[in-house]
Amino acid sequence: MFCEKAMELVRELHRAPEGQLPAFNDGLRQVLEEMKALYEQNQSDVNEAKSGGRGDLIPTIKFRHCSLLRNRRCTVAYLYDRLLRIRALRWEYGSVLPNALRFHMSAEEMEWFNHYKKSLATYMRSLGGDEGLDITQDMKPPKSLYIEVRCLKDYGEFEVDDGTSVLLKKNSQHFLPRWKCEQLIRQGILEHVLS
Amino acid sequence: EHMEENLRRARKGDLKVSIHRMEMERIRYVLSSYLRCRLTKIEKFFPHVLEKEKTRREGESSSLSPEEFAFAKEYMANTETYLKNVALKHMPPNLQKVDLLRSVPKPDLDSYVFLRVKERQENILVEPETDEQRDYVIDLEEGSQHLIRYKTIAPLVASGAVQLI
Repeated sequence: MFCEKAMELVRELHRAPEGQLPAFNDGLRQVLEEMKALYEQNQSDVNEAKSGGRGDLIPTIKFRHCSLLRNRRCTVAYLYDRLLRIRALRWEYGSVLPNALRFHMSAEEMEWFNHYKKSLATYMRSLGGDEGLDITQDMKPPKSLYIEVRCLKDYGEFEVDDGTSVLLKKNSQHFLPRWKCEQLIRQGILEHVLS
Repeated sequence: EHMEENLRRARKGDLKVSIHRMEMERIRYVLSSYLRCRLTKIEKFFPHVLEKEKTRREGESSSLSPEEFAFAKEYMANTETYLKNVALKHMPPNLQKVDLLRSVPKPDLDSYVFLRVKERQENILVEPETDEQRDYVIDLEEGSQHLIRYKTIAPLVASGAVQLI
Protein backbone atom coordinates (compact mmCIF):
# COMPACT_ATOMS: atom_id res chain seq x y z
CA MET A 1 0.00 0.00 0.00
CA PHE A 2 1.30 3.45 -0.81
CA CYS A 3 2.19 5.97 1.91
CA GLU A 4 2.99 3.25 4.46
CA LYS A 5 6.41 4.67 5.16
CA ALA A 6 5.10 8.22 5.44
CA MET A 7 2.46 7.08 7.90
CA GLU A 8 5.13 5.29 9.89
CA LEU A 9 7.02 8.56 10.31
CA VAL A 10 3.93 10.33 11.57
CA ARG A 11 3.07 7.47 13.89
CA GLU A 12 6.54 7.49 15.39
CA LEU A 13 6.19 11.13 16.36
CA HIS A 14 2.62 10.69 17.51
CA ARG A 15 3.83 8.05 19.95
CA ALA A 16 6.72 10.12 21.27
CA PRO A 17 5.71 12.03 24.41
CA GLU A 18 5.72 15.82 24.25
CA GLY A 19 9.17 17.31 24.46
CA GLN A 20 10.90 14.15 23.35
CA LEU A 21 12.86 14.07 20.14
CA PRO A 22 13.35 10.60 18.63
CA ALA A 23 16.34 10.02 16.35
CA PHE A 24 15.87 11.41 12.86
CA ASN A 25 14.19 8.74 10.81
CA ASP A 26 16.02 8.01 7.61
CA GLY A 27 12.77 6.63 6.22
CA LEU A 28 12.24 10.04 4.71
CA ARG A 29 14.44 8.98 1.83
CA GLN A 30 12.13 6.08 1.04
CA VAL A 31 9.11 8.35 1.04
CA LEU A 32 10.79 10.66 -1.46
CA GLU A 33 11.72 7.68 -3.65
CA GLU A 34 8.16 6.42 -3.58
CA MET A 35 6.98 9.89 -4.61
CA LYS A 36 9.41 9.93 -7.51
CA ALA A 37 8.20 6.50 -8.69
CA LEU A 38 4.54 7.48 -8.41
CA TYR A 39 5.13 10.69 -10.30
CA GLU A 40 6.97 8.97 -13.13
CA GLN A 41 4.24 6.36 -13.46
CA ASN A 42 1.69 9.13 -13.59
CA GLN A 43 3.64 11.07 -16.18
CA SER A 44 3.70 8.12 -18.52
CA ASP A 45 0.05 7.27 -17.89
CA VAL A 46 -1.01 10.86 -18.50
CA ASN A 47 0.73 10.77 -21.86
CA GLU A 48 -0.99 7.50 -22.68
CA ALA A 49 -4.34 8.85 -21.64
CA LYS A 50 -3.93 11.99 -23.73
CA SER A 51 -2.40 10.57 -26.90
CA GLY A 52 -3.53 6.94 -26.75
CA GLY A 53 -7.05 7.80 -25.64
CA ARG A 54 -6.69 5.61 -22.55
CA GLY A 55 -9.34 7.27 -20.44
CA ASP A 56 -9.47 4.20 -18.25
CA LEU A 57 -6.15 5.19 -16.75
CA ILE A 58 -7.56 8.32 -15.20
CA PRO A 59 -8.78 6.79 -11.91
CA THR A 60 -5.33 5.30 -11.36
CA ILE A 61 -3.72 8.61 -12.12
CA LYS A 62 -5.97 10.32 -9.62
CA PHE A 63 -5.21 7.69 -7.04
CA ARG A 64 -1.49 8.10 -7.44
CA HIS A 65 -1.87 11.86 -7.19
CA CYS A 66 -3.76 11.47 -3.91
CA SER A 67 -0.97 9.26 -2.63
CA LEU A 68 1.56 11.90 -3.63
CA LEU A 69 -0.37 14.57 -1.76
CA ARG A 70 -0.64 12.34 1.29
CA ASN A 71 3.05 11.57 1.23
CA ARG A 72 3.84 15.25 1.09
CA ARG A 73 1.47 16.07 3.90
CA CYS A 74 2.91 13.38 6.16
CA THR A 75 6.45 14.38 5.33
CA VAL A 76 5.94 18.07 6.03
CA ALA A 77 4.00 17.24 9.22
CA TYR A 78 6.84 15.01 10.39
CA LEU A 79 9.54 17.55 9.68
CA TYR A 80 7.61 20.50 11.07
CA ASP A 81 6.63 18.71 14.28
CA ARG A 82 10.28 17.87 14.85
CA LEU A 83 11.20 21.52 14.39
CA LEU A 84 8.70 22.46 17.08
CA ARG A 85 10.25 19.92 19.43
CA ILE A 86 13.71 21.22 18.63
CA ARG A 87 12.57 24.76 19.27
CA ALA A 88 11.32 23.68 22.68
CA LEU A 89 14.79 22.31 23.45
CA ARG A 90 16.27 25.80 23.25
CA TRP A 91 13.83 26.98 25.90
CA GLU A 92 14.34 23.93 28.07
CA TYR A 93 18.09 23.38 27.91
CA GLY A 94 19.58 26.69 26.81
CA SER A 95 21.78 27.25 23.79
CA VAL A 96 24.00 24.24 24.34
CA LEU A 97 22.14 20.99 23.86
CA PRO A 98 23.08 17.76 25.62
CA ASN A 99 24.98 15.40 23.33
CA ALA A 100 22.36 12.68 23.54
CA LEU A 101 19.85 15.00 21.93
CA ARG A 102 22.24 16.33 19.33
CA PHE A 103 22.75 12.83 17.98
CA HIS A 104 19.03 12.60 17.32
CA MET A 105 19.11 15.64 15.06
CA SER A 106 20.00 15.73 11.40
CA ALA A 107 22.62 18.20 10.18
CA GLU A 108 19.92 20.38 8.64
CA GLU A 109 17.93 20.37 11.86
CA MET A 110 21.04 21.49 13.69
CA GLU A 111 21.38 24.31 11.19
CA TRP A 112 17.77 25.32 11.76
CA PHE A 113 18.42 25.27 15.49
CA ASN A 114 21.49 27.47 15.13
CA HIS A 115 19.59 30.01 13.06
CA TYR A 116 16.75 29.98 15.56
CA LYS A 117 19.14 30.50 18.48
CA LYS A 118 20.76 33.42 16.74
CA SER A 119 17.45 35.02 15.83
CA LEU A 120 16.22 34.67 19.40
CA ALA A 121 19.46 36.11 20.79
CA THR A 122 19.24 39.12 18.49
CA TYR A 123 15.68 39.71 19.58
CA MET A 124 16.47 39.42 23.29
CA ARG A 125 19.42 41.74 22.98
CA SER A 126 17.14 44.40 21.55
CA LEU A 127 14.88 44.47 24.60
CA GLY A 128 15.28 47.64 26.66
CA GLY A 129 18.65 48.92 27.78
CA ASP A 130 22.08 47.89 26.57
CA GLU A 131 22.25 44.29 27.65
CA GLY A 132 18.75 43.27 26.67
CA LEU A 133 16.62 40.85 28.62
CA ASP A 134 17.02 37.09 28.71
CA ILE A 135 13.43 35.97 28.56
CA THR A 136 14.40 32.32 28.69
CA GLN A 137 15.00 32.85 32.38
CA ASP A 138 12.34 33.60 35.00
CA MET A 139 10.02 30.87 33.81
CA LYS A 140 8.22 30.67 37.13
CA PRO A 141 6.91 33.43 39.39
CA PRO A 142 9.48 34.17 42.10
CA LYS A 143 8.45 32.86 45.52
CA SER A 144 11.60 33.71 47.40
CA LEU A 145 14.87 35.41 46.66
CA TYR A 146 17.15 32.63 47.75
CA ILE A 147 16.70 28.91 47.38
CA GLU A 148 18.36 25.89 48.83
CA VAL A 149 20.04 23.81 46.14
CA ARG A 150 21.98 20.59 46.11
CA CYS A 151 24.65 19.97 43.55
CA LEU A 152 24.09 16.80 41.51
CA LYS A 153 27.27 16.84 39.48
CA ASP A 154 30.66 18.43 39.79
CA TYR A 155 30.44 21.79 38.10
CA GLY A 156 33.28 23.89 39.45
CA GLU A 157 33.38 27.53 40.43
CA PHE A 158 30.17 29.48 40.17
CA GLU A 159 30.15 33.21 40.62
CA VAL A 160 27.42 34.84 42.65
CA ASP A 161 26.35 38.45 42.25
CA ASP A 162 28.56 40.31 44.71
CA GLY A 163 31.73 38.79 43.30
CA THR A 164 32.06 35.87 45.70
CA SER A 165 32.02 32.42 44.19
CA VAL A 166 30.99 29.00 45.38
CA LEU A 167 32.48 25.67 44.48
CA LEU A 168 29.80 23.39 43.11
CA LYS A 169 30.88 19.90 44.00
CA LYS A 170 28.67 16.89 43.79
CA ASN A 171 26.39 16.63 46.82
CA SER A 172 27.34 20.03 48.23
CA GLN A 173 24.41 22.17 49.30
CA HIS A 174 24.16 25.91 48.93
CA PHE A 175 21.82 28.76 49.64
CA LEU A 176 21.90 30.79 46.46
CA PRO A 177 19.96 33.51 44.66
CA ARG A 178 17.19 31.91 42.68
CA TRP A 179 17.76 33.75 39.42
CA LYS A 180 21.31 32.48 39.16
CA CYS A 181 20.28 28.87 39.63
CA GLU A 182 17.37 28.55 37.23
CA GLN A 183 19.30 27.45 34.21
CA LEU A 184 21.58 25.10 36.12
CA ILE A 185 18.53 23.47 37.65
CA ARG A 186 17.03 22.90 34.21
CA GLN A 187 20.30 21.42 32.98
CA GLY A 188 20.26 18.95 35.83
CA ILE A 189 23.36 20.26 37.58
CA LEU A 190 21.58 21.66 40.62
CA GLU A 191 18.51 20.41 42.35
CA HIS A 192 16.10 22.62 44.27
CA VAL A 193 15.80 21.27 47.78
CA LEU A 194 12.29 21.69 49.07
CA SER A 195 12.24 21.18 52.79
CA GLU B 1 17.30 50.47 35.92
CA HIS B 2 16.33 53.08 38.51
CA MET B 3 15.95 50.29 41.01
CA GLU B 4 19.31 48.82 40.16
CA GLU B 5 20.90 52.18 40.96
CA ASN B 6 19.13 52.29 44.33
CA LEU B 7 20.37 48.80 45.06
CA ARG B 8 23.95 49.83 44.49
CA ARG B 9 23.63 52.70 46.95
CA ALA B 10 22.02 50.74 49.78
CA ARG B 11 24.22 48.81 52.20
CA LYS B 12 24.71 45.14 51.57
CA GLY B 13 22.39 43.15 53.80
CA ASP B 14 20.05 46.10 54.24
CA LEU B 15 16.42 45.00 54.22
CA LYS B 16 15.70 47.56 51.52
CA VAL B 17 17.97 45.58 49.25
CA SER B 18 15.96 42.40 49.64
CA ILE B 19 12.68 44.09 49.04
CA HIS B 20 13.96 45.94 46.00
CA ARG B 21 15.43 42.74 44.66
CA MET B 22 12.18 40.91 45.17
CA GLU B 23 10.25 43.60 43.37
CA MET B 24 12.74 43.54 40.51
CA GLU B 25 12.37 39.80 40.23
CA ARG B 26 8.64 40.10 40.06
CA ILE B 27 8.79 42.80 37.42
CA ARG B 28 11.28 40.80 35.44
CA TYR B 29 9.07 37.74 35.67
CA VAL B 30 5.94 39.55 34.47
CA LEU B 31 7.83 41.24 31.67
CA SER B 32 9.55 38.07 30.53
CA SER B 33 6.28 36.19 30.70
CA TYR B 34 4.53 38.76 28.54
CA LEU B 35 7.28 38.85 25.94
CA ARG B 36 7.52 35.06 25.88
CA CYS B 37 3.79 34.81 25.29
CA ARG B 38 4.03 37.19 22.35
CA LEU B 39 6.91 35.28 20.83
CA THR B 40 5.08 31.99 21.26
CA LYS B 41 2.08 33.37 19.41
CA ILE B 42 4.25 34.80 16.67
CA GLU B 43 5.93 31.43 16.15
CA LYS B 44 2.70 29.50 16.31
CA PHE B 45 0.90 31.59 13.72
CA PHE B 46 3.85 32.93 11.79
CA PRO B 47 2.46 32.88 8.21
CA HIS B 48 -0.73 34.63 9.35
CA VAL B 49 1.12 37.17 11.47
CA LEU B 50 3.34 38.08 8.55
CA GLU B 51 0.43 38.17 6.12
CA LYS B 52 -1.44 40.53 8.41
CA GLU B 53 1.59 42.79 8.56
CA LYS B 54 1.98 42.67 4.80
CA THR B 55 -1.61 43.70 4.19
CA ARG B 56 -1.58 46.40 6.84
CA ARG B 57 -2.93 49.70 5.57
CA GLU B 58 -1.14 53.04 5.73
CA GLY B 59 -1.68 54.67 9.08
CA GLU B 60 -2.80 51.47 10.75
CA SER B 61 -0.44 50.61 13.58
CA SER B 62 1.41 47.32 13.59
CA SER B 63 0.76 44.54 16.08
CA LEU B 64 4.48 43.76 16.03
CA SER B 65 7.45 45.70 17.29
CA PRO B 66 10.16 46.15 14.64
CA GLU B 67 12.27 43.56 16.44
CA GLU B 68 9.37 41.11 16.58
CA PHE B 69 8.77 41.66 12.89
CA ALA B 70 12.41 40.89 12.13
CA PHE B 71 12.22 37.79 14.31
CA ALA B 72 9.04 36.61 12.56
CA LYS B 73 10.58 37.05 9.12
CA GLU B 74 13.71 35.16 10.14
CA TYR B 75 11.60 32.37 11.62
CA MET B 76 9.64 32.02 8.39
CA ALA B 77 12.72 32.13 6.19
CA ASN B 78 14.51 29.61 8.38
CA THR B 79 11.59 27.19 8.33
CA GLU B 80 10.83 27.56 4.62
CA THR B 81 14.46 27.06 3.66
CA TYR B 82 14.69 24.00 5.86
CA LEU B 83 11.57 22.33 4.43
CA LYS B 84 12.63 23.14 0.90
CA ASN B 85 16.15 21.74 1.26
CA VAL B 86 15.29 18.63 3.21
CA ALA B 87 12.16 17.54 1.40
CA LEU B 88 10.35 19.79 -1.02
CA LYS B 89 13.07 20.23 -3.59
CA HIS B 90 13.34 16.43 -3.85
CA MET B 91 9.68 16.09 -4.66
CA PRO B 92 7.98 16.11 -8.06
CA PRO B 93 8.01 19.60 -9.61
CA ASN B 94 4.30 20.26 -9.27
CA LEU B 95 4.39 19.52 -5.54
CA GLN B 96 7.30 21.62 -4.44
CA LYS B 97 5.34 24.63 -3.28
CA VAL B 98 3.54 24.41 0.06
CA ASP B 99 1.18 27.23 0.96
CA LEU B 100 1.99 27.85 4.60
CA LEU B 101 -1.03 30.08 5.00
CA ARG B 102 -3.18 27.05 4.37
CA SER B 103 -1.13 24.44 6.20
CA VAL B 104 -0.43 26.31 9.41
CA PRO B 105 -3.60 26.71 11.50
CA LYS B 106 -4.97 30.22 11.94
CA PRO B 107 -5.74 31.70 15.34
CA ASP B 108 -9.32 30.91 16.29
CA LEU B 109 -10.98 34.31 16.36
CA ASP B 110 -14.25 32.66 17.32
CA SER B 111 -12.95 31.63 20.70
CA TYR B 112 -14.61 33.18 23.69
CA VAL B 113 -12.85 35.81 25.78
CA PHE B 114 -13.62 37.64 28.98
CA LEU B 115 -13.71 41.39 28.84
CA ARG B 116 -14.46 44.47 30.92
CA VAL B 117 -16.09 47.47 29.27
CA LYS B 118 -14.26 50.77 29.63
CA GLU B 119 -16.33 52.93 27.31
CA ARG B 120 -20.02 52.39 26.83
CA GLN B 121 -20.83 50.82 23.45
CA GLU B 122 -24.20 50.74 21.78
CA ASN B 123 -25.62 48.46 19.14
CA ILE B 124 -22.87 45.91 18.88
CA LEU B 125 -23.92 43.34 16.30
CA VAL B 126 -23.53 39.76 17.48
CA GLU B 127 -23.49 37.36 14.56
CA PRO B 128 -25.13 33.94 14.90
CA GLU B 129 -23.01 30.88 15.45
CA THR B 130 -25.41 28.37 13.96
CA ASP B 131 -27.88 28.62 11.12
CA GLU B 132 -30.84 28.44 13.46
CA GLN B 133 -29.84 31.56 15.33
CA ARG B 134 -30.30 35.08 14.09
CA ASP B 135 -28.02 37.97 14.69
CA TYR B 136 -28.91 40.37 17.41
CA VAL B 137 -27.73 43.62 18.88
CA ILE B 138 -26.43 44.34 22.38
CA ASP B 139 -25.29 47.35 24.35
CA LEU B 140 -22.17 47.20 26.49
CA GLU B 141 -22.47 49.19 29.70
CA GLU B 142 -19.38 50.82 31.16
CA GLY B 143 -17.84 48.66 33.88
CA SER B 144 -19.77 45.53 32.91
CA GLN B 145 -18.04 42.24 32.23
CA HIS B 146 -18.84 39.80 29.45
CA LEU B 147 -17.90 36.47 27.94
CA ILE B 148 -18.12 36.93 24.22
CA ARG B 149 -16.63 35.75 20.92
CA TYR B 150 -13.40 37.59 20.19
CA LYS B 151 -14.35 38.35 16.60
CA THR B 152 -17.38 40.35 17.70
CA ILE B 153 -15.39 42.79 19.80
CA ALA B 154 -11.97 42.72 18.12
CA PRO B 155 -12.08 46.35 16.94
CA LEU B 156 -13.09 47.46 20.44
CA VAL B 157 -10.00 45.86 21.90
CA ALA B 158 -7.86 47.71 19.39
CA SER B 159 -9.50 51.03 20.22
CA GLY B 160 -9.26 50.45 23.96
CA ALA B 161 -13.03 50.60 24.51
CA VAL B 162 -12.92 47.19 26.16
CA GLN B 163 -10.19 45.44 28.07
CA LEU B 164 -9.57 41.68 27.92
CA ILE B 165 -9.31 40.03 31.32
